[in-house]
Amino acid sequence: MSGVLIIAEQRRGELRPVSLELIGAAQSLRGSSGEVAVAVIGSAPERLTDALAFQGVDEILTVKVTMAEFDPDTFEAAVGALINERHPDVVMVAHSVDSFGYAAALAAKLELGFATDVFKVERIDGELVATRGGYGQKVNVEVDFAGRTTVLLAMRGNVYKAPEQRASPRLSAFAAPPTSSRTTPREFIELSSGDDVDIAAAEFILTIGRGIGEEAKVAQFRELADAIGATLGCSRPIADAGWLPKSRQVGQSGKTASACKLYIAMGVSGAIQHLAGMKHVATIVAVNSDAEASIFGVAKYGIVGDIFEIAEELRRCF
Amino acid sequence: MKILVAVKQVAALDEDFTIREDGRDVDAEFLIRDLNEWDDFSLEEAVKIKEAATDPVEVIAFSVGPPEVDESLRKCLAKGADRAIRVWDAAIEGSDPIAIARVLAAVTKREAPAMLFAGVQSSDQAFAATGIATAAFLGWPHAAVVSQLSYSPGAKSAIFRRELEGGLLQEAQIQCPAVLTIQLGINTPRYASLRSIKQAAAKPIETLSLTELDLAAGDVGEAGSASRVRRMYMPDKGRAELISGDVAQQAQRLAEIIREFKGAAS
Repeated sequence: MSGVLIIAEQRRGELRPVSLELIGAAQSLRGSSGEVAVAVIGSAPERLTDALAFQGVDEILTVKVTMAEFDPDTFEAAVGALINERHPDVVMVAHSVDSFGYAAALAAKLELGFATDVFKVERIDGELVATRGGYGQKVNVEVDFAGRTTVLLAMRGNVYKAPEQRASPRLSAFAAPPTSSRTTPREFIELSSGDDVDIAAAEFILTIGRGIGEEAKVAQFRELADAIGATLGCSRPIADAGWLPKSRQVGQSGKTASACKLYIAMGVSGAIQHLAGMKHVATIVAVNSDAEASIFGVAKYGIVGDIFEIAEELRRCF
Repeated sequence: MKILVAVKQVAALDEDFTIREDGRDVDAEFLIRDLNEWDDFSLEEAVKIKEAATDPVEVIAFSVGPPEVDESLRKCLAKGADRAIRVWDAAIEGSDPIAIARVLAAVTKREAPAMLFAGVQSSDQAFAATGIATAAFLGWPHAAVVSQLSYSPGAKSAIFRRELEGGLLQEAQIQCPAVLTIQLGINTPRYASLRSIKQAAAKPIETLSLTELDLAAGDVGEAGSASRVRRMYMPDKGRAELISGDVAQQAQRLAEIIREFKGAAS
């Protein structure tokens, strides 16, 4: 077919929103690649076709498999078969936990061109060029894929806009090859909240990161958050260390600060996984001793300085 | 019985770094090297399994890179690895995760372990690809972002939990030997004692060449890679408006921002 093949992502019967962002991403290649097809792989893929019927999609492919939930062997076999039959120029998957589990294996086996965490894709003089971050997102890296007929790109989330205009793409069923999976998915486990904080609903969040240095300092920031009327959140290292419950972790594997309007990040460097949960907030204030910290790249206001000194002075203002 | 742990020496950037003359990487003198943060956790997981096992288990840390990588491998030896292996050849320069995975797979075949661990990703390039690509070259079952693991060395299967997005976990069973990429927080990595650091300094680090691994120069480097770096450049970052003044003035401005928000919210 040439063109772009998008692999939609689903979990527990629901389409993951990033699947629609991939449709947005594919539009940047429209014109230079052919059609855009979206494949839904699952035990009941036909249930999700409506959720994918948007402008920018020419075809929706349903790929029925035995496993209801993601497993790497099933996805490698199904996507591999799709590639071998349809010969797309570009295959787009989300840069997500599921794709971490199979995309690289597929690229290795089928000798595809391959790049992950891509946030820009274009054709320069006819050649496909993908841009990703390097050295902790301090630099941008352009990569190309000389000599590869199919390129697999794992696209970063929260970059491309999902389409809004509904449409009626044609539907086709694709027969997936039978697979014997070596992984058997069991149940999902929701992380127990640990306490009753609801990061997703909080309008004002004060988040602490690795910069606080030791557990004993948590109390000071908890008290500060109370005084200024903020919900106390944290970045991954703080939750991993057990200094605050996981329910307070903002970021990809934690919570998204969905309702937040003011976000104060103290001692948070701004790892991409953290930014995924908060970079959309209208007013972000970053306080960090490292002037080069990535958090300043998404913040509206920045204070380069000692978080403890700032915290103490701020406390006096309330 | 062996557990292999693939590790990487990562590089952070020094302040005021510059891009190399060919425009394809950062000038090497600005790179500050250390063991990848994720690898601390995968090594600890292997060492924990070894300590809990009744039969002897050998934990082997291995890496692809020039001699300076020995420093990171010694760190692994100090934290409980029994052996360390480093693979290097000038032809490996310019390798992407797929080419590196080919080398890791060759070492794994040679050592024939019961399990291979790798970090979910590296803190510098964050590909999140090398471990799983290695599994493909081995033909082994694989799982990514493992945040909990129950495995006895030599068992035919393991139970693990994958850490999904948004505070959700998924439990699954996997056939072994397998490749698992290990997530931060799966355990609490130990600190190396002074004594173990000293002992590690005296331990040999085995080195392997491409020939010893039956690999050709074309299997690695740009020829063996699925992508090639065209250009590296400093992004045009949106920058925060910096709040100036002394600490008291900065805190007062921050307090104003908070009060403005509260005024608007009420």
